[in-house]
Amino acid sequence: MKPAAFTYHRAHDVADAVALLTDLAAAGEDPKVIAGGQSLMPMMNFRLARPTALVDLGPLRRVPSMTAISERDGTLTLGALVTHHAVETATLSPDWAVLSRTMRWVGHRPIRSRGTVAGSLVHGDATAEWCLLALLLDAVVVAEGPAGRREIPAGELFHGFYATAVDPDEVVVEVRFTRPSPHAALTEFARRHGDFAIVDAAVALDVEGSAVRGGRVVLGGVAPAPVRVPEAEAALAGEAGDDRWAAVADAAVAAIDPPDDGGTTAAYRRRLTRTLVTDACREAAGGIP
Amino acid sequence: MTATELPAEVAGPRFEGRRGRWVGASVPRHEDPRLLTGRGRFVDDITLPGMLHAGFVRATVAHGHLTGVDLTATRAVSGVVAAFDAGDLALGDVVALLDRPAEEFTPTAMPVLAKDKVRFVGEPVAIVIARDPYAVEDGIEAAVVACDPLAAVVDEPSALAAATTVHDGAPDNVLLDVSMFDTPGVDEGFAEAAGDGPEGSSTRGGCVVEVTTRSGRQNALPLETRGAVASWDARDDQLLVQTCTQVPHQVRTMVARCLGVPERTVRVTVPDMGGGFGQKCVVGREEIAVAAVARRLHRPVKWIEDRREALTAGFLAREQHYDTRAAFDADGRITALAVDVVCDMGAYSCYPFTAGIEPLMASAEMPSVYRVPAYRVRGRAITTNKAPTAPYRGVSRPQYVTAIERVMEKAARALDLDPVELRRRNVITEFPYTGVNAVTYDPGTYRESLDLAEETLRSEGWFGARDGGDRHLGIGFCCFSERTGYGSEAFAKRRMTVVPGFDLSEIRMDTTGAVVVTSGTMNHGQSHETTFAQIVADRLGIDVARVKLRQGDTERIAYGWGTFASRSVTIGGSAVALASERLGELLCRIAAHLLETRPENVAMDGSGGVIVVDDPARRLSYEDIADVAYLRSHLLPKDVEPTLTATASFDVPGDGTFSNATHAVVVEVDPGTGQVRILRYVCVEDCGVVIHPQVVDGQCRGGIAQGIAGALFEEVTYDEHGEPSAASFIDYLVPTATEIPDVSITHLETPCAFTENGAKGAGEGGTIGAPAAVLNAVNDALRHTGVELDTTPIHPATVLDALEGTP
Amino acid sequence: MNDPHLLTLHVNGTEHEVVVEPRRTLADVLRHDLHLTGTHVGCEHGVCGACTAHLDHAPVRACLVFAVQAEGADVRTVESLDHDGELSDLQQAFTDHHALQCGFCTPGFLMLAEGVLAESPDASREELREALSANLCRCTGYQTIVDAVCATAASRREKIS
Repeated sequence: MKPAAFTYHRAHDVADAVALLTDLAAAGEDPKVIAGGQSLMPMMNFRLARPTALVDLGPLRRVPSMTAISERDGTLTLGALVTHHAVETATLSPDWAVLSRTMRWVGHRPIRSRGTVAGSLVHGDATAEWCLLALLLDAVVVAEGPAGRREIPAGELFHGFYATAVDPDEVVVEVRFTRPSPHAALTEFARRHGDFAIVDAAVALDVEGSAVRGGRVVLGGVAPAPVRVPEAEAALAGEAGDDRWAAVADAAVAAIDPPDDGGTTAAYRRRLTRTLVTDACREAAGGIP
Repeated sequence: MTATELPAEVAGPRFEGRRGRWVGASVPRHEDPRLLTGRGRFVDDITLPGMLHAGFVRATVAHGHLTGVDLTATRAVSGVVAAFDAGDLALGDVVALLDRPAEEFTPTAMPVLAKDKVRFVGEPVAIVIARDPYAVEDGIEAAVVACDPLAAVVDEPSALAAATTVHDGAPDNVLLDVSMFDTPGVDEGFAEAAGDGPEGSSTRGGCVVEVTTRSGRQNALPLETRGAVASWDARDDQLLVQTCTQVPHQVRTMVARCLGVPERTVRVTVPDMGGGFGQKCVVGREEIAVAAVARRLHRPVKWIEDRREALTAGFLAREQHYDTRAAFDADGRITALAVDVVCDMGAYSCYPFTAGIEPLMASAEMPSVYRVPAYRVRGRAITTNKAPTAPYRGVSRPQYVTAIERVMEKAARALDLDPVELRRRNVITEFPYTGVNAVTYDPGTYRESLDLAEETLRSEGWFGARDGGDRHLGIGFCCFSERTGYGSEAFAKRRMTVVPGFDLSEIRMDTTGAVVVTSGTMNHGQSHETTFAQIVADRLGIDVARVKLRQGDTERIAYGWGTFASRSVTIGGSAVALASERLGELLCRIAAHLLETRPENVAMDGSGGVIVVDDPARRLSYEDIADVAYLRSHLLPKDVEPTLTATASFDVPGDGTFSNATHAVVVEVDPGTGQVRILRYVCVEDCGVVIHPQVVDGQCRGGIAQGIAGALFEEVTYDEHGEPSAASFIDYLVPTATEIPDVSITHLETPCAFTENGAKGAGEGGTIGAPAAVLNAVNDALRHTGVELDTTPIHPATVLDALEGTP
Repeated sequence: MNDPHLLTLHVNGTEHEVVVEPRRTLADVLRHDLHLTGTHVGCEHGVCGACTAHLDHAPVRACLVFAVQAEGADVRTVESLDHDGELSDLQQAFTDHHALQCGFCTPGFLMLAEGVLAESPDASREELREALSANLCRCTGYQTIVDAVCATAASRREKIS
């Protein structure tokens, strides 16, 4: 379980990283960006991923914006090298506290030391907590490529099984979350703590007074990519309570067509969906007066 | 050397029978300082000058005729030094035999590297040698293996259908088929319980229960994978194989035989070992291949198994199926037991135990702790295109105990009796007890452990919580015994041609009074360096810190059987004790001569010296005596040879000794996910005299964790092509600190009458009891559903199906 | 470049120069280039935690870091914990509680626990248990490891107050 050979290139700023990616590709190499490496390295050690060149963003940790966490005007901006652990321990306003609370589900502490928010999004695992959070809180991924910067809304980010809209010659610069949600929760089920979820569910409730006006329901593990479930979202509005959450869960279960794989049946994923959506609704509603 | 400080509560002399100052105390472990500071020496920590690295090209299909192995491209890879296939190395096969007729047993020839056929995904086909492990993998990738695939035999039905044959010598895919017992009264027992008995039969009104239990294929999973460093020493004319094995002498034998060289030219040593659990108590073909290559290249060669190899191509275990029928009379007493056992042993018999070890173990011991008057059993070992198996901690006992404990639960339901009460009516209470299986059980606390475990849960209110609340709680029990310390007589009954049993020890005191003692057992986490030192220190009356244990060196230890089957303290510890006593006698004899008194007028004083009994002021320290024994030997008595050395051997007579325990578990099943959570785990166990309480507790807890892993988490499945499902820790679910509960342990103590220290084995019990206890508890939590689960591991989806009434 | 890189690594307060291929993991470089074999390798895919070391004071999987990525960072391994053979309080607690049997997972657990204790000195037993679920142990059943770490946390808190 040793990785195949590759050439190693340190990027000194974002432009340098983009130039390296472009030049290496032009030279016939298959370059890949490495930041925390917590998803990439296991795949390289199994030789399931075998880039011929790695462009290391590590030196960019010296660039303050790359590791910055800032809240302003209803937007939370995370630099591309912000780690899961940094989010876990950051002091965030209630609008964004769901992010910190969710981090205990992301692998284990040593993984969270290195793994980055942007890396997780670009990897695009269907159950990755960050992917669900991106859909839940309307994230915008800012990527820089040879043609300059562009913004990719979360709704356009995930293209299916481990595939995202970030091109191979692009480098993520920052991730902006644009939908503050003081009433949000993510919960998940795995056989062991710290494992990839079999199913995970995230819910954000739009609350006025003590009434729910609407919100978001996002699921992982029920499709090749994380998905919003509009049918379930439509059931959110109304008086908060277990009957409401049951209706939301019913709507979610009816809307999905989960896969039979990895020793887990579609029927079991549906049942987990019912449980987890209900639990996430309850937890999200916890602070409603 | 500093004196060892005892915790306050155990300090002071405590001579109680066989116990002394040290035995019975949790002394600080001798192993710990080096292991805690990163100064242990595991096999991958060894680096030798000029050392090369090895890896294996492995089969990617489960079954097929090997038509070509092309290593040309491999040899051209940068950093690759050499590559060999079976034809290049021309080694003998690994063959393990039983002394049984052909209709009962068929041996397999396991080639070191596959020759004509590959029989499982991961089977080694060629060995690649390179300057570092990275280049090794580059070389492996470049190898071209041509194979004509055959249909894969991947489960019991396809094996027994025998449309495809794994080994030509076993056309029915059965390697062992033995009907060990068919005692009188079995059919009568079933007839009577079914109400078909003769008129006036007193047993009418009983019941017949049937249960089919299955256990998934597991990996013993030592955290340190297998590995070896082999090097050729021209001066010694000897191959040194440093390998992490539980059985160094058996590895030496097989290396010598496969290479066709005298055993003298092979030395096997064992560094620190990161666990074994049985996976390392059989000889691996990789360690033989590495040895052969080191000899051929005259260069040191290291092989470290990686985790993917360990999960797919290492020795696996446990996949078994029991069809059990039992008859009970109206009072709930078992009257007959009939069992059909099928063990899926995978592609080959392991050396030295053979594929027979699991079904023979189950057949011999299935009646467990119960008074079974009539018994019939058939045990089979089948061969399939899956990685071969080794006797993992517990060896069939987790499975047959599960089968009979499920029988007890089902009978209790059928007869409307409390399951603990039903066990009470059947459990052996008078010892020694010779069972229907012709095994004599030495005294234990079967009934007492059961009562105490039940009482513990009762006093904590768990029964009330289960019956009164709206949570899905379940309580499960498992009462069992475990034969430990199999001597040669007990193993010979299994008709192995290689019969383990005895152990040897040599003890030597040097001129400073420090002691080195050897044992043929092999520590791999069990704390022998500490516990054996405790035994020696008590026998000689010296500080435990003055005793150093040496194991795992075929040059230093004349012969040994290593560590498995909970034999180390029972047999190895007895040999060590006897050797210590002989050294004590020698010290006394020399001292009497030097003190000019009668030999019977001296005694060890318990603090490193010999005194004159009727004049205790006259004393010689061991250093004084050693000074004479080595440096002034002209002062020795005429009939005493120089040096302070003694040896002893020990073998357990008869059927060995039985440890026992009852496990009691409370679980909660989550109606939202089907997840099983263990709320309470109680273990009441009896392993005779406890040498080191912390160590025994640790063995229990670690064993229980592995048993829970088997009950709820771990399984290697195969698809229809024989591709294993679990090639990483993403798919092979080793439980963590959040899945394994704290365990309360209570010790009962029935000293063994025929081991030197009164100890029985403690290594495997936890693993044996946990699966049945957890399974019973889950079934109890599901009692309102009418569903009963008899297969491990239990999947949460299955639990949820039961709760929701989905078939 | 694919050719070996000359690296300067700061490990346990000492500067080391090594020449390594970029694909070599930090775990392999620590063990086989610097001969610091206390860091163990158990799975090489970031699950078992036997290789846990500290990178800039945070616990990381040394099998999921390329050595080239660790240049300029402060690397700490199990060899840094004792003081000339005198056990640290955490190491002493491990031996007192019999928190190790074969000892293979032990360095990883020690480094994990040190990282967690430094950050969360007031963590409860259940919080510590969850943090310790990052690593695998096959021998102990974990209970005594949790005991040892809790005891260390308690004694460190006592010292401070």
